[in-house]
Amino acid sequence: MSFSPIISFENITKKFPVRKGFKVQYVHAVRDVSLDVFPGEIISIVGESGCGKTTLLRLLSRIYVEDEGKIVYGSEIVPKKFKRKEELEFRRKVQMIFQDPFSSLNPVKKVHQILGRPLELQKLNNIDERIYEALEEVELTPPKNFINKYPHELSGGERQRVVIARAIITKPSVILADEPTSMLDVSIRAGIMKLMLKIRDDFNTTYLHVTHDLAAARYISDRVAVMYAGMLLEECTADDIVLEPLHPYTQLLRKAAPDPDRLVSEKLGYTGEVPNLITPPKGCPFEPRCKYAMKKCKNFVPPYFRVNKRKVKCFLYEKNN
Amino acid sequence: MLLEVRNLSAGYKSQGKEIEAVKNVSFSLDENDFLGIAGESGCGKSTLLFSILRLLKRPGEIFDGEVFFKGEDILKMDEETLRKKRWKEFSLVTQSAMNALNPVYKIKDQIMDVILEHSDYTKIEALEIIERVLQMVGIQKERMDSYPHQLSGGMKQRVAIAMALVFSPSLVVMDEPTTALDVVVQRSIMEQIDEIRNTNKFSMIFVTHDISLLFEISKRIAIMYAGELVELGQTKQVYLNPLHPYTSGLINSFPKLTKETKEYKGIPGKIPDLSKPIIGCSFKERCQNRKELCNTRPEFKEVIPGRWVACHFPL
Repeated sequence: MSFSPIISFENITKKFPVRKGFKVQYVHAVRDVSLDVFPGEIISIVGESGCGKTTLLRLLSRIYVEDEGKIVYGSEIVPKKFKRKEELEFRRKVQMIFQDPFSSLNPVKKVHQILGRPLELQKLNNIDERIYEALEEVELTPPKNFINKYPHELSGGERQRVVIARAIITKPSVILADEPTSMLDVSIRAGIMKLMLKIRDDFNTTYLHVTHDLAAARYISDRVAVMYAGMLLEECTADDIVLEPLHPYTQLLRKAAPDPDRLVSEKLGYTGEVPNLITPPKGCPFEPRCKYAMKKCKNFVPPYFRVNKRKVKCFLYEKNN
Repeated sequence: MLLEVRNLSAGYKSQGKEIEAVKNVSFSLDENDFLGIAGESGCGKSTLLFSILRLLKRPGEIFDGEVFFKGEDILKMDEETLRKKRWKEFSLVTQSAMNALNPVYKIKDQIMDVILEHSDYTKIEALEIIERVLQMVGIQKERMDSYPHQLSGGMKQRVAIAMALVFSPSLVVMDEPTTALDVVVQRSIMEQIDEIRNTNKFSMIFVTHDISLLFEISKRIAIMYAGELVELGQTKQVYLNPLHPYTSGLINSFPKLTKETKEYKGIPGKIPDLSKPIIGCSFKERCQNRKELCNTRPEFKEVIPGRWVACHFPL
């Protein structure tokens, strides 16, 4: 891992307007998130639905534009509005894998057209050669059996491989993967995850991987970032999150994750509900549900505290500093 | 014995094609039992559930078999007797409570509807029951007057579970009740169900594709593949010592939370096309230990007491 990050999110904030009659209110989807991603690293963003993990990915891929803060790619700030040439360059380097392979492939286009389109747009040469190469890289072999097929002729796993092939066809340095295995059957998930790891090993690709599955996050990633109610609460290595979760929310998530090897199950009891993001809590977003909540948690958002190279946004770890 | 399913076959008929989604399935369920049915999409687990409760709609059809519930064959019962047994004797919780609840009725009115239709209780008595069951699933009684859109997904699912429990039926069938929910909510609902089962004692059939969850919580587990049961047994035994190659492949296909993930690998190949007849073992195309004999159909038989498997060469 080199020293300078390939992507850094710096104090990103994003809110979405919701109209209620004449009033406009805002859903605070992402609040003050900072995260550095290093080249060749796989980082998983975990959290429950509505925590802002997908919004964060979409900000980087410029489907949304941040309200505050900046995103740095390499050494340059990602502009809020691209010039045509800049956009081509950016899209070549940053690609996406979507959750649902049944809706992310155009049903009236053959695999060849689906994979060829990014290359045409980028005005690259040797299109056919590269398509064959990419299909081999995603283990759809022999490629000639797949090249003239429509998406409906492929199984779920094969489709997701085509989606991955489309993402790697421009040889990107960053891949954004939004729950790439959650729509697939259990028996083919492993293959897709192994493929993602293989691509990383072969091309030193950086992944931003969004998931709600803690076990998958642990398996695939180097580091894990935990999000809750738009905020990033903890950042640590993949093993730490399972073996020694620090933030009370991470601990809750860890206890709730299914684990057939668990011998004695610990009762969660009533755990409360996710706060309303239109009027989020003033202090720590987890304070209303937290059993360790202190007075100051209600009024102040905790800063990050460092605990053995890990970052935790919780006042419990204040004395460590 | 509460429920006994014998040689049940069901499927779908359309455009002259017949698809057998459930093939020759037999199993039984005791009082206060908790059977999990696991399988991947298209393996027939939902068709099986709906056939057992006789809820399979056209073009779905039950081809053959018997389903004995407390000694009576559900499949041969006349409509009226069956209707009287629904909710009272057995009930169903489906996947999306969000769509199952009527958006223009208050929660209490929907539950009231079920109670008044199936019993002679007065409205006042019914309200008491509603209060009690809602409390059981962890919803405060002030929420009784809410409309479904005022509740979160987890609470709506709790209401659906409460509805299934109003008459304390002896069998509750749950079809992916927590699939649309977040892990934390899922876990607390499962805990709640567990607590209710401890006090009320009812049998449960629980279907989900979240195999790691099922292996953790169920008492007995049945694994389905291509419409057939391939393995059935005590969950812990099946997990630690799977006999069918498909079960073992399935267990190795999801990353474990705490164990070092050495053997994590999927199952190569894909499920067979159910519209074509399958000769022999349905799993043989994907199986690493297949031999000559696998071209004849393996029987689903009891190998150790309480442990059933359909394989010529169990592991």
